[in-house]
Amino acid sequence: MLGRLQNRYDVVVVGGGPAGLAAAIGARDAGAGRCLVVDREPEAGGILLQCIHSGFGLHHFKEELTGPEYAQRFFEQALEHDIDVVPESYVSGIGIDSDGTRRVRVLNETRGLHTVDCRSVVLAMGCRERTRGAIRIPGTRPAGVLTAGLAQKFVNLMGYLPGRRVAILGSGDIGLIMARRLVLEGCEVVGVFELMPYSNGLTRNVVQCLDDFGIPLHLSTTVTAIEGRDRVSAIHVAPMGPDGRPDLQRQRRVECDTLLLSIGLIPENELSASLGIDLDLVTRGPRVSSTLETSLPGVFACGNVLHVHDLVDFVTGEALRAGRHAGEHAQGIRMARDNITLVAGDNVRYCVPHTLSTGREHTIFMRCKEPMKPCEIVVGDRMRKRLSFVVPAEMIMFTIKPDALEGYHEDTLRIDIRPLEGAGRRATDAAGQGGAA
Amino acid sequence: MQDRLYDVAIVGGGVIGCAIARELSRYRLDVVLLERNAEVGFGTTKTNSGIIHPGHDTPVTTLKGRLVVRGNAMFDQLQRELNFGFQRIGALTWVRDEADVPVAMDLIRQGLDKGVPGLEWWDQARLRREEPNLARDLIGAIHAPSGGVINPYEFAFALIESAMKNGVELRVDCPVSSIGTRDGHLEVGTPMGPVAARFVLNCAGVHCDDIARMAGCDDVRIVPRKGEEFMLDKRLHGIVRRLVFPLPNRKTKGTLIIPTYDGTIMVGPTAHDVPDKEDVATTNAGAAEIFDYVGRLCPSIHPSDAITAFAGLRAVSDTGDFIIGPTSQKGFLNVAGIQSPGLTSAPSIAEFVRDLLCDEGLELQPRADFDPHVEGPPRFATRSHEDQDALVAADPRFGRIVCRCELVTEAEIHAAIDHGARTIDGVKFRCRAGMGRCQGGFCTSRIVTILSERLGIPPEQVTKRGGGSWILLPMDDAGGGDEAGGTPDGATGAEVEAC
Ligand SMILES: Cc1cc2nc3c(=O)[nH]c(=O)nc-3n(C[C@H](O)[C@H](O)[C@H](O)COP(=O)(O)OP(=O)(O)OC[C@H]3O[C@@H](n4cnc5c(N)ncnc54)[C@H](O)[C@@H]3O)c2cc1C
Ligand SMILES: Cc1cc2nc3c(=O)[nH]c(=O)nc-3n(C[C@H](O)[C@H](O)[C@H](O)COP(=O)(O)OP(=O)(O)OC[C@H]3O[C@@H](n4cnc5c(N)ncnc54)[C@H](O)[C@@H]3O)c2cc1C
Repeated sequence: MLGRLQNRYDVVVVGGGPAGLAAAIGARDAGAGRCLVVDREPEAGGILLQCIHSGFGLHHFKEELTGPEYAQRFFEQALEHDIDVVPESYVSGIGIDSDGTRRVRVLNETRGLHTVDCRSVVLAMGCRERTRGAIRIPGTRPAGVLTAGLAQKFVNLMGYLPGRRVAILGSGDIGLIMARRLVLEGCEVVGVFELMPYSNGLTRNVVQCLDDFGIPLHLSTTVTAIEGRDRVSAIHVAPMGPDGRPDLQRQRRVECDTLLLSIGLIPENELSASLGIDLDLVTRGPRVSSTLETSLPGVFACGNVLHVHDLVDFVTGEALRAGRHAGEHAQGIRMARDNITLVAGDNVRYCVPHTLSTGREHTIFMRCKEPMKPCEIVVGDRMRKRLSFVVPAEMIMFTIKPDALEGYHEDTLRIDIRPLEGAGRRATDAAGQGGAA
Repeated sequence: MQDRLYDVAIVGGGVIGCAIARELSRYRLDVVLLERNAEVGFGTTKTNSGIIHPGHDTPVTTLKGRLVVRGNAMFDQLQRELNFGFQRIGALTWVRDEADVPVAMDLIRQGLDKGVPGLEWWDQARLRREEPNLARDLIGAIHAPSGGVINPYEFAFALIESAMKNGVELRVDCPVSSIGTRDGHLEVGTPMGPVAARFVLNCAGVHCDDIARMAGCDDVRIVPRKGEEFMLDKRLHGIVRRLVFPLPNRKTKGTLIIPTYDGTIMVGPTAHDVPDKEDVATTNAGAAEIFDYVGRLCPSIHPSDAITAFAGLRAVSDTGDFIIGPTSQKGFLNVAGIQSPGLTSAPSIAEFVRDLLCDEGLELQPRADFDPHVEGPPRFATRSHEDQDALVAADPRFGRIVCRCELVTEAEIHAAIDHGARTIDGVKFRCRAGMGRCQGGFCTSRIVTILSERLGIPPEQVTKRGGGSWILLPMDDAGGGDEAGGTPDGATGAEVEAC
């Protein structure tokens, strides 16, 4: 029942995006009794509600859906699973009693600050976008500098444009998608400027959103200053020099009234931090065990709050698992403790989960530091997997079968990504299809 | 409205104009404040170090040296009346070379003579104990317990609100373009028509020379001196507990480490004269200069800790001092050259100007019904759980979080608008919505919608800070949109509801 808030649940999920909804479904499937999903927005669905382009669900549903359609499917499933989905409610804190009861403080206009007791909690708060502050662009502070996600909200949810002549800094997926969207709405997109020598978005988005629309992508280039008193009037851009700094000799001025930033996402872990949960400095999400449990027993995490995903389908898979474990935990089922710590080795930026146990199958998500092709993932002396290419923008997913870890007695297991013999060159122009995953 | 003759017209709604307006509102006078921006306090008042200086470093031979100590002492009562963010955290003026110790001792003596309370010398052991993160080679510091930090924009907003509560009229979006005489009084030209007044006060900050020229007084010269400031990551909260100053030099108070009222550490400012009165751009050179200096003072601070930066312009006069007083144009008074410690001195400048006006023939009859109090913002985030629950019960809008980073509720956005906010920045600086980590990424669209409803204007007329700082445009404004065609993969915006 929508909107009903009980006092006691088996599992409470914080955040009703795709991760939160799937986690609750996973918990019910695992046999948990009452489950609650709390979201602060007027409707569950998370960021997907503003992603009205299609391309969602290719992996999970084997069909192409828009973001709101994808969210709707999960919302309906959640209701079928008899899950309470309570919108317009904000989780402002979580307390843990001495007897292990978790008390989730929910703020909303009808109940005030209401405490909900539960056995397991799933954190699914999603992520936020990096802002101008994170990269410190000098210049003035006019209107017209905004994140690509906010622009997406203006266009798709409010029906307004962020400006007429738009430059985009960063080639993250949201920026690429917005480049296309704005051109279709009649705006002029003067270019996408990317600091790295490769795009930070999915290859398919570079092709479908920029190339097909003739929008120039300037790699190894950055914005060096912003001009304009009230509103942006121009930006300055410069190519990166060999010393890793912008080459100001080759700086040029680009007139525009808007600068969209698509420079990365950061998991929203203020709530996790307030609980004292251990966070990973690289993912900026919680450190989790193979059951996606955080350092605080009975508190699980999934979706973009755990690490930034590029495809919602992977979010769903991960969240179903987190929910299942949370549901089991609520019923008193305890798994054997993990006994192996994963170590990110050569060309591995991070891997999730952070620990494994022998005797079970594991799904590993990871990202590389630098593009490479062809290459292989080397999991200690236990397994190898060939990939046609890896790029930082595309998450790598693979499974480790139970037999691979049989008889493994070390405390740590190192994962490397290595070039295949004689093929160590960087794949900055990687355009292969589905190399990873 | 043209027929009305004001007793006093104040040109410029920075902290100085607002403090004077509030001071004059104690008396039975007709006062109008004319501000060119969409709100008060959007000039230098919003972009400074936010320090209430103890005042020992400015010699008593200067006007600013005399006004600063009195100004500082007035803040406790002002804070009780006006409820802005202010705290006396103490200030340290450090010394690194033995040769500078006598200079420091002179400052202590100068300060004590002027009545700066509690000044004392801390030796190296004491300094290290109190501020363990400062460089080990500092040999001691002057400690001034009356040094404080303030949210300067909150102060200006509260001053004007108090003034208006007591009868002062505020006109915003009202740039003054001429000042003349007519029928024995002064006449101030604005886009909304002339404003007639017996007295006109020139409180236009870096534009004071332009305003003086309009009145036919060519005796004020103002050079804008830019100061860039850098806010640091939360990681550094508490790295110093007090304001950290070097010994002053002739031009500035030097580069400081400032634990702001909100807890964020700020470093700066630079001090460079610039030709352009609108030049508030931050620069890489400024960042390099500040971090180079601060790194030697507090080694745990790195350039990569900067999360945001801004710049403000000091209105430096050719005398180097405040220029406050009557001019060759009868009834026209300058309150010019108000550089640092102008914020600190604002309340004492207001008293000083009041007395000058009295000398010039303005009758001051106290109002019996003067109400010195204004309510502070509700600040949901800092309340106890019981209080929060009670607030929601009383007003359900407290149950709707708009800015999740700073935990600002819809009720607080409305309160900000009730208390005068007209722009996104006005809301932000009153209730902190959009000031947090996501810098408005989540809440801007909500705030635009609320402002548009409350002000009765379409969203495209909502601005960041007035003037041409528009936020968004209607769909058909980009020229030749192709909505019907939808995107190549079949999605169209048509079926999506507005939020
Ligand atoms: C602007 C943007 C655009 C994106 N576009 C795409 C795309 O086109 N394709 C794609 O595959 N992926 C896209 N992504 C990635 C996308 O976020 C994920 O695929 C997916 O939405 C992540 O799901 P989630 O549930 O983890 O997070 P979200 O969808 O962000 O959901 C988190 C939910 O938690 C709620 N919440 C947070 N804190 C609290 C709290 N304290 N109390 C109550 N509720 C809370 C939030 O309001 C939100 O509804 C985009 C991400 C962003 C930020
Ligand atoms: C970097 C920096 C750091 C500082 N730090 C401190 C500090 O820590 N402590 C301290 O005490 N002082 C400090 N100061 C000084 C202090 O900020 C100023 O003295 C004070 O803000 C001056 O206020 P004001 O009202 O004179 O100027 P402003 O705030 O600039 O106000 C002038 C107003 O006049 C308006 N105006 C201009 N022209 C017109 C026109 N034609 N018509 C109508 N209105 C007009 C402007 O829009 C503006 O709102 C600092 C200054 C800087 C730049």
